[in-house]
Amino acid sequence: MGEAITFWVLAVVSVAAAFGLVFSRKAVYSALMLGVVMLSLAVLYAVQEAPFLAAVQIIVYTGAVMMLFLFVLMLVGVDSSDSLVETIRGQRFWAFVAGLGFAVLLALGIGNVVIGAPAGLSGAVSQVGGNVPGLAHLIFTRYVFVFEVTSALLITAALGAMVLAHRERREPKPTQKDLSRARFLGDHPAPLPGPGTYARHNAIDMPALLPDGTVSELSVNRVIARHDVEDGHLPNDPRLAQAIRNVAEAGVRTEQPKVVQAVAEAPEVPVAERDKPAAARVPGDGPVEEEGK
Amino acid sequence: MTTHYLVLSALLFAIGGVGVLVRRNAIVVFMCVELMLNACNLAFVTFARQHGNLEGQIIAFFVMIVAAAEVVVGLAIIVTIFRTRRSASVDDANLLKY
Repeated sequence: MGEAITFWVLAVVSVAAAFGLVFSRKAVYSALMLGVVMLSLAVLYAVQEAPFLAAVQIIVYTGAVMMLFLFVLMLVGVDSSDSLVETIRGQRFWAFVAGLGFAVLLALGIGNVVIGAPAGLSGAVSQVGGNVPGLAHLIFTRYVFVFEVTSALLITAALGAMVLAHRERREPKPTQKDLSRARFLGDHPAPLPGPGTYARHNAIDMPALLPDGTVSELSVNRVIARHDVEDGHLPNDPRLAQAIRNVAEAGVRTEQPKVVQAVAEAPEVPVAERDKPAAARVPGDGPVEEEGK
Repeated sequence: MTTHYLVLSALLFAIGGVGVLVRRNAIVVFMCVELMLNACNLAFVTFARQHGNLEGQIIAFFVMIVAAAEVVVGLAIIVTIFRTRRSASVDDANLLKY
């Protein structure tokens, strides 16, 4: 009776969470829904006389794998939402038909089989004194070769991940000297105006007013401006609102390429040989020539 | 009761399959593959209990190991694709080149 209650509660929860995983628009919600499914499956394992697998499920899946998923989601960008354009016509419809047909087929197949009462694991487990000793006995006797192969697989996977995720640094890291030179050769040698300077508000999303009264678009962070535009939190003053909109529409404007470009365009300033960074001493391999190609 | 578990496993597997077919974000596709693997594990554990021996649980354990290795390599591939194409959509990775 207790098992039936546990099963029905967790079955409803896990199927609902699985639907949420497939249908939620945001990838982070999908990850959380998958976590719910994995946790309910862990409880179902525990109910079905598999306490070791329940622990492994929680540690490996909800602990390690889900953390890795969320980590990569944050790395790739949470706001990279799905495109709704179907590349194949009617793909979504036929996918649902296929999924439904597959589920019905499997359920009918299972329903056709007369399954008696489960034999239970108490007999198999009692010989060796518990679930974990039983599993250990099997792993280290009959399945010991598979176990060894598994270790090779894990090492290969770790090595593969390192090789795939590694990126060679093409140009030497810009030194403080390079950065400051790029800054003085760039558009803004001085720091950008802070938000709220000479403004009527000191909120962080309010553009600064310059001493002559014009609105400075440089003073607003584009991320904050984008949030303002998306949430409709624009100020009443049309000039300020237009400035925020302009900043938001300016799109991805990262500072890093600008610095690199400025370094590349910088004329070769004669500097004493000892002042140059070590990588630049090699003729033809300096940062200036590298970028200019 | 065994039938119930097997039907739940089949349902989760089918939902995961639909997700793989429908979603375009590579990471979500990966999550759906994980869901399918988990559904298989549930079936393995259920059969282990039904037949009264532990081998089903052993297989489920090895499936978990393989799934963990697969996730590590797969996510590294997704990160690499994202670096070169600035997108995690499976539709954008349609050219077989570096």
